[in-house]
Amino acid sequence: MNLFIYDQTFEGLLTAIFDAFEMKINPDRMVSTKSFQDDLFATKYEVITDTDKFDKLWNIIKDKSSEQNCQRIFKAYLSELPGIEMMIYNYVKLIVETDDNIELDFSQDAVLKINNIQKKLGRESHRVIMFARFQKTVDNIFYASFDPKYNVIPLTVNHFKRRFIDQKWIVFDTRRKYGFYYDLQQVREITIGKNKINFETGKVDQDILHVSEKLFQKLWKNYYDSINIKERKNLKVHMQFLPKRFWKYLPEKDYQNNFSKRAIIK
Amino acid sequence: MNYDIVNKLKILANAAKYDVSCSSSGSNRPNHSKGLGNTAPWGICHSFTEDGRCISLLKLMLTNFCIYDCAYCVNRKSNDIERATFSVNEVVELTIEFYRRNYIEGLFLSSGVLVNPDYTMERLIRIAKALRTKHNYHGYIHLKSIPGASADLHYQAGLYADRLSVNVEIATEQNLKMLAPDKNFQSIFHPMTAIKNQILVNKEEHRKFKHTPRFTPAGQSTQLIVGATPDDDQHILNLAENLYTTKYLKRVYYSGFIPVNPDDKRLPALKEPPLKRENRLYQADWLFRFYHFSIDEIVNNTHPNLDLEIDPKLSYALRNPWLYPVDINKADYQTLLRVPGIGVKSAKMIMVSRRYGRLTSLNLKKIGVVLKRAKYFITCNELKSPTVNELLPDKVKTIILNDNKPKRNQKSLYQQLRLFPLN
Repeated sequence: MNLFIYDQTFEGLLTAIFDAFEMKINPDRMVSTKSFQDDLFATKYEVITDTDKFDKLWNIIKDKSSEQNCQRIFKAYLSELPGIEMMIYNYVKLIVETDDNIELDFSQDAVLKINNIQKKLGRESHRVIMFARFQKTVDNIFYASFDPKYNVIPLTVNHFKRRFIDQKWIVFDTRRKYGFYYDLQQVREITIGKNKINFETGKVDQDILHVSEKLFQKLWKNYYDSINIKERKNLKVHMQFLPKRFWKYLPEKDYQNNFSKRAIIK
Repeated sequence: MNYDIVNKLKILANAAKYDVSCSSSGSNRPNHSKGLGNTAPWGICHSFTEDGRCISLLKLMLTNFCIYDCAYCVNRKSNDIERATFSVNEVVELTIEFYRRNYIEGLFLSSGVLVNPDYTMERLIRIAKALRTKHNYHGYIHLKSIPGASADLHYQAGLYADRLSVNVEIATEQNLKMLAPDKNFQSIFHPMTAIKNQILVNKEEHRKFKHTPRFTPAGQSTQLIVGATPDDDQHILNLAENLYTTKYLKRVYYSGFIPVNPDDKRLPALKEPPLKRENRLYQADWLFRFYHFSIDEIVNNTHPNLDLEIDPKLSYALRNPWLYPVDINKADYQTLLRVPGIGVKSAKMIMVSRRYGRLTSLNLKKIGVVLKRAKYFITCNELKSPTVNELLPDKVKTIILNDNKPKRNQKSLYQQLRLFPLN
């Protein structure tokens, strides 16, 4: 069994695929150093990330298919699903080995799989864009956090940058413990300690919250309750569009409050 | 900002909720000047209420005082309800602060008619103008244009807003006059035509001079109330078609009638709003706009109303079984779209995928075609299941209706034969 070990980065993964092509070895598994477990009987190949190899393969993919297709592969990589490396390997292999551009041939399993995964990523990143709720802090930074299923924060940064170019903001992934900070000049990757932010609820500590924040959260909750038409109640559709895992970040759903209310009724 | 505004927001959001339009799509307003916000052409929803509707815009009434007395409206002057009016600054601040927190995609501002139409329209414009010029705001703005306001004011509104809308509400003029004595079709269609013409002029100018300011880039929309009057679906859809083709409307919304004034004798007493009918009307609307159907094919004199049990496309297919089965590997795009169970996305995927080879039913399933419904109307490489012509339309309808029910309620369509019949 041939086992390729790469360093978790996207560049590393493409280097690994490049190496496999070059050495003419068919990998059976590709794993990152993080999820690597030693396997006694495997032939191990430790991949040293090489940006030249990455660029070379990246350009081949771009030439053989399209820029858009490169984005598809990157999105699939961000899914961090178990076994995604081999799916990407199979997909890239198909692209490199076929003369025609097969990125739209959905009757091929490898194509459809990658395409479906990247669609999931697209949906998840869109949900983050929809349901991010910024809280204003005393130093005028707008903070939002979430724990998306996939590692989609990098896909949302450009959107937030275009939209909120005149305010400082932070978007933070509490599951993967990293985020991005925009300081009116540029976006930087950051990590935050646990002391000022509750990673469970995504809420900023009371004492660093801006004075107006509570009022606007209350206004928003009021608005949300008033705009609802009781005669049309349709909880099934509601739950379908607004998955429960996002509720804790939404001031309008205020999970704690709702929960206690229901307890009283019972 | 204090208790007062909390209360006002409650009253005026409550007053605005019966307007169904909430889309934020169709406009492209990139942020070049380091201002606040941008508008993406595809629109973004930010929350969903318990009735399953999306919240994309901050939907408010500037005031719920109104000099009109329309039977279907909660804000009519003869109703004894709490009334309030926002100041310009209050609406501006709410919009900006909500927008910065990513609660909303923009503002949807409507108003009851104060004093006279011009006076009201002018105040709406002041808010849009303040947002755009003072606060450098690039988010979405949807303004309700007040019937009867002057053409000049409509023009100004269009310079700041992304979308303008005038609501038709009732599909026949005679019924409209009965329910809303202060309105007539002329006062509604006049501004609609004026806005349409202005949009066309602006498009032409924009072609010549790139820097011409945009006039309502997301076009105009309207709303029709369904179920308040005895108008049939054929009438409603024909009016919608007319609006799409002659007034170039971007959207016609259908709003199931909710009896907000139960004591009014002019209105029917409904147990619950006609939600299913509303849903079918939207489906028919989609068939017209995205599936290359004409309204005549969906509703006509022999079938003036939509079938509430099955969707309009399936009902069309069952009425015209001789058009099927369709060969997945040969049919053109328009024909594929007419197959129940195949949507725009899967039709497009079929078109691109079959260039590489023949498609099988397994491929179709993976592409996302609803085979449960489509299998009676297609042939593809190897699929051999009875088509609509072999089973007859009525049978197909029963099978599909049975399939749609939850498992526990499904009846087996076939019975095992008795080995020893008793008599």
